[in-house]
Order: sequence, then structure tokens, then C-alpha cells
Amino acid sequence: MDEDISRDLMLSMYEGMLKIRLFEQTQSKVYVVEQEGFTHLYIGEEAIATGVCHNLNKDDYITSTHRGHGHMIAKGGDMKRMMAELYGRVDGYCKGKSGSLHIADFSIGVLGANGIVSAGIPIASGAAYSAKLRGTKQVAVAFFGDGATTQGCFHEGVNMAAAFDLPAVFIIENNMYLVGTRFDRVCKVCDNLASKAAGYGIPGFNIDGNDVVEVYKTSKEAIERARNGKGPTLINCFTYRHHTHFEGDLDVRDKQEVAYWMDRDPIKRMEERLLKEKIINEAGVKNYRGKVQKMVDEAVDFARKSPKPAPEVAFEDVYAE
Amino acid sequence: MIELSFREAIREAMREEMRRDSNIFLIGTDVGPYGGEFRVSGNLHSEFGEWRVKDTPISEQGIIGLSLGAAVTGCRPIAEIPFNDFIAMAMDQIVNQVAKFRYTFGGQCIVPMVIRTAIGGYIRAAEQHSQCLEAWFCHVPGLKVVAPSTPYDVKGLLKSSIRDNNPVIFIEHKFMYPMKGMVPEEDYTIPLGVADIKKEGKDVTLISYSYLIHKCLNVAKKLEEEGISVEVVDPRTLVPMDKNTILNSVKKTGRVVIAHEAHLRGGIGAEIAAIIADEGFEYLDAPIKRVAAKDAPIPFPSVLEDVVLPQETDIEKAIKETL
Repeated sequence: MDEDISRDLMLSMYEGMLKIRLFEQTQSKVYVVEQEGFTHLYIGEEAIATGVCHNLNKDDYITSTHRGHGHMIAKGGDMKRMMAELYGRVDGYCKGKSGSLHIADFSIGVLGANGIVSAGIPIASGAAYSAKLRGTKQVAVAFFGDGATTQGCFHEGVNMAAAFDLPAVFIIENNMYLVGTRFDRVCKVCDNLASKAAGYGIPGFNIDGNDVVEVYKTSKEAIERARNGKGPTLINCFTYRHHTHFEGDLDVRDKQEVAYWMDRDPIKRMEERLLKEKIINEAGVKNYRGKVQKMVDEAVDFARKSPKPAPEVAFEDVYAE
Repeated sequence: MIELSFREAIREAMREEMRRDSNIFLIGTDVGPYGGEFRVSGNLHSEFGEWRVKDTPISEQGIIGLSLGAAVTGCRPIAEIPFNDFIAMAMDQIVNQVAKFRYTFGGQCIVPMVIRTAIGGYIRAAEQHSQCLEAWFCHVPGLKVVAPSTPYDVKGLLKSSIRDNNPVIFIEHKFMYPMKGMVPEEDYTIPLGVADIKKEGKDVTLISYSYLIHKCLNVAKKLEEEGISVEVVDPRTLVPMDKNTILNSVKKTGRVVIAHEAHLRGGIGAEIAAIIADEGFEYLDAPIKRVAAKDAPIPFPSVLEDVVLPQETDIEKAIKETL
């Protein structure tokens, strides 16, 4: 067992990953039959959001992406209000106005799941700037994919955070694919995105994004560095999404590659580790899974019972008073 | 009362607000010790320091995104994009992010930020430094758009824009920066969404904004001597626009000319004309006329620029066509 990581922390991270996994698997089933629009699931990437957010306080900020359910759950989002939002119901976080793509909870620092790739990066830098100006010890973390690293906002947002020594951390969720195009076809350093950090004068790390303990430890150092005024860090986390870019898309990826990564499932690996280190037994695993699935089922129930928004809601909040 | 230039009035509005609220900061390229590309920020940096008057790299998208992140976490940023032509670099952050954050997230945040930018030609700065793009922002729900024409208006409106809990695109004009006008010494604000009658008249309503108001006033003065009484209406705020003042003026005169420096096609003049045609049709004694830049990019030499951009003769001609 790792001396730095307590038994309680291991179990907390395990449960955190389960929450995301079971929420997303359930969403995958109900979405097809009961929801409108599109949904992008985080299945397979749970270790990243969970490991990073275990280092964050309630008043720290994160910006998220179209694949944002995982970040929201990891930051402490309420599954009931999340599911209601996915169903487009009035008890959802955004009054049902945005659904899966724009899940947000500003009261816990989740500054919105963004549908524009890379847009959240300078916004996170701005939240970090705000913390610095107001003299607090808050930190802002930006989550984004490999695809975002070729966008202008990545360059501008990271450069300014670096140049101004802002309390920010930049997490690349490198699942190696755009929608259906392998990232290494359009970028020469897909295997070493951490090398981009040198271009901004900040530290960069390439890590196993499916090892929640490694994610936790690396992001812990980066978050502390940021909180202590030492500026931002770039962390490239290798991972893989189990489903397609959006639910219902055709999977064009090589079958052997998919199988290789399924074998490296972060939750499967964590369960194996917990069993091996005797932190938990088979019954315990079943217990955790049962408990979390019950939470998810209650969330679906809550969503189904929530009313649809009235037409007037379409015209609320265009402007503030 | 004190005489201030347009740029000084902007600077003093920012200074007064920044003294009042420590969460307000100015950010942009060259706003710090250099004093601003149009010399607007001046000595603000020496009074407020590095974090409240922040120099950035050339990163318009990043500047607006950073300002948004700060705006939704307790600050009130003023982002300066000196030439509005460069604002094209930041359109995703303005249109998809700033304008939509409050609505998309169900009212969970406010976005109290101001984007200050200068439109305008007549300075021979060529195609990429002379445009008037305010119509782009008028077309995006969630943004407010303000375009003052005098030092008095700009100071009062900038203070209100900074205090507004919504994102405001604050349209300045390069040619107006040195123009002087009288401004009260005491603290005052002008509410957004209220038009100003710059000159009363009874024969024709002439609607304009920003720098072109001054050409309109020159034309109105000249025509007064010919016995034509022109009422010059300055909406001052384009979104939300004061329809009532405009329609009341049309009711009085029965004739309308709308003049703006932006291109004719799809300019805000088209929006105003449509409103009048819809809600003031019964008042009209003549078709609505528009004066605007021709639909061509704005060329550099005066011999060509002056053919594309609206001149006083164009305004006078349009007025006479309604009579």
C-alpha cells in the first residue's frame, strides 16, 4: 500500500469513479428512450476527474467540456439535479435549458461544461486571475481533450496563465481521438503533449490517466504549486473513452486497440488493487456498486418526476437585473 | 462643468469606478505603462498598479475568455480591444461564451463585464483598421451595445455600463478621441437604453450615432439656414434601443433618415428602419432613407475612402429626398 495514500482516500476515489461509471452507464440506457438531443459520455476516463478533484476544495474552480458529467460528479455535483437537467426538466441545474452539454453548478465552482472545444481554458485562467486579484487561495483547473491543444484558446489561455503566474492547472484528457480521427494523424506530439509546456515556461507531465492514484499524486503537486503562487502546470493524462464521441455514433476505431484499453479500465484496475491490498473484499465491491446504483436510480426517478419547463422559461435570464 | 476630451472622459469614468470598486480592472494590450494604443488609459497604471491595469500579450480570444472567467467569479473586468477589427479574433468568446453564460446555465451567474473597442474610419488606416462592426453584436441576444457620441455621454454611459450586471460592448470611435466637450465635475451616470435628442426640429427625423452624429449636426445647422428644420436623434444605446423616443420623433416629423458609418447592408439602420416601418407606418409621409458606407471594404487613400464612407453631402441629399 502507498504510504501517501490512506485507505479512506483509496475508497473515496474508488467510490468517486463508480459514481461516474454507473451514472454514465445508466444515462446510456435512458438517453436513447427518454431524452432529446445529444450526450457525450465519460466512461473510461473516470480516473482523471476523480483523481484531480480529490485535491480540490469546494470553492476551487473547474471548467469542463462537452464530456462534462464526470467532472461535475467528481466536484460534488448532485446526481438528481444533473439527471433532471439531462432530461430537460425544470429541476435541473440549468432549469432544463441546456441538457447534457452545458451542465454547471457555480455554487461548487463548476463554471460550466462548454460545447466549444478549448473555450474553457482561458476562462479557467480568468477564474485564477480573479482569485489572485481578490487575494484568495483558490485554484482553477481546466479539463480539456487532446483535440483542444491545437486550438488558439489553448495557446492563449495557457500562455497568459504562465506569464502571469496564475493559480491554474491544465489537464489534458488525452483519449487520442477527435470525433473519429486518431489525433496522431494531425499532431506530431500526441505521445508527448507535456512537451508543449516548455513552450510556455511551465512544468509538464505525461502520466497514466487510467491510474487514479498517479493522477491524484501528480495533480496534488500541481495544485499545491498553483495555490502557493508558483504558477500553472500542464498534465497530459493518457486515457481512452469506452463509448464513441457521442452516443449513437459509429465506432471506427481499431478493435484490437479498443480491447487493449478496455483491459486498462481504471475502475477494473482500482478494484484489483483494493482486493489485492485487502482494503476491500468481493462483498465490499458488490456493496459499493449496489449503493451507488441506488443513488443513480433515485436520480433517474427524480428526473422523470420533474416537470418540463414552461414556455416563459425560454425568455428568462437573457439579461440580468 | 469641466472641459474634457472624449478619451479623457473615458479615462475619468474608469478611474472613478476603479476607485469605488476594487474588483474592477482594465485589461488589454498596451493599457499599462504605455498608456493605451489610443492613449485612453493614460496614467491609470501608475495609480492602480499592475493587477488592476493589466498588460496582456496579443491574444484577443484569450483576453476576452480570461475576462469572462474573472467576471463570473466576483470581478468586473473592462477588456480593451483597441481596433474593433481585431475583435473578430475573439468572436467565439464574445458570441458563444460571454453572451450566453447566464442564459445557458439557467441564471447561475452574472457576466458584469465591459468590452471597450473603437470603430471608425476617416483616418486613412485602410481596410483592416477602419471598420464599424457594431451590428454584429446587436444580433446576439445577451449582449448590450452602447455607442456614445460626446464626452458627456461617454462618461455617464461608461459608468453605467461598468455597473451593469450584463456584458456590454462599448463602442468608441477613433476620430472622436480628441474631441472636447463639457462634462459635470460631480459624479453622474446616464442610463442605458435612453436616447438623446441632440437637436430639436420638426421637418425630418435624422437618426445617427457615434462620430457621424457630428456630421449630422453640421448638416442640420446648414439646412436650418435653408428653412429645413431637422431633428437629430442619438439613440446612444443600440441594444436595448429606445424605440419610444425614435417613434415619437417620427410621429412629429413624418420623415426619417437613418445615417451610420457602418456598411449599408445589414447595418443597424436596417433594424431601425424595420421598426419604424412596422410600428410607425401611419406617421410616415415619405419612404425611410438610409445613409451609410457603401458595401465595399474601406480603402486607404482619402480620394477613395471618402467615396466609400458617408459624407455630409450624402446626408443632406437623403434629407432632401424625403421632402
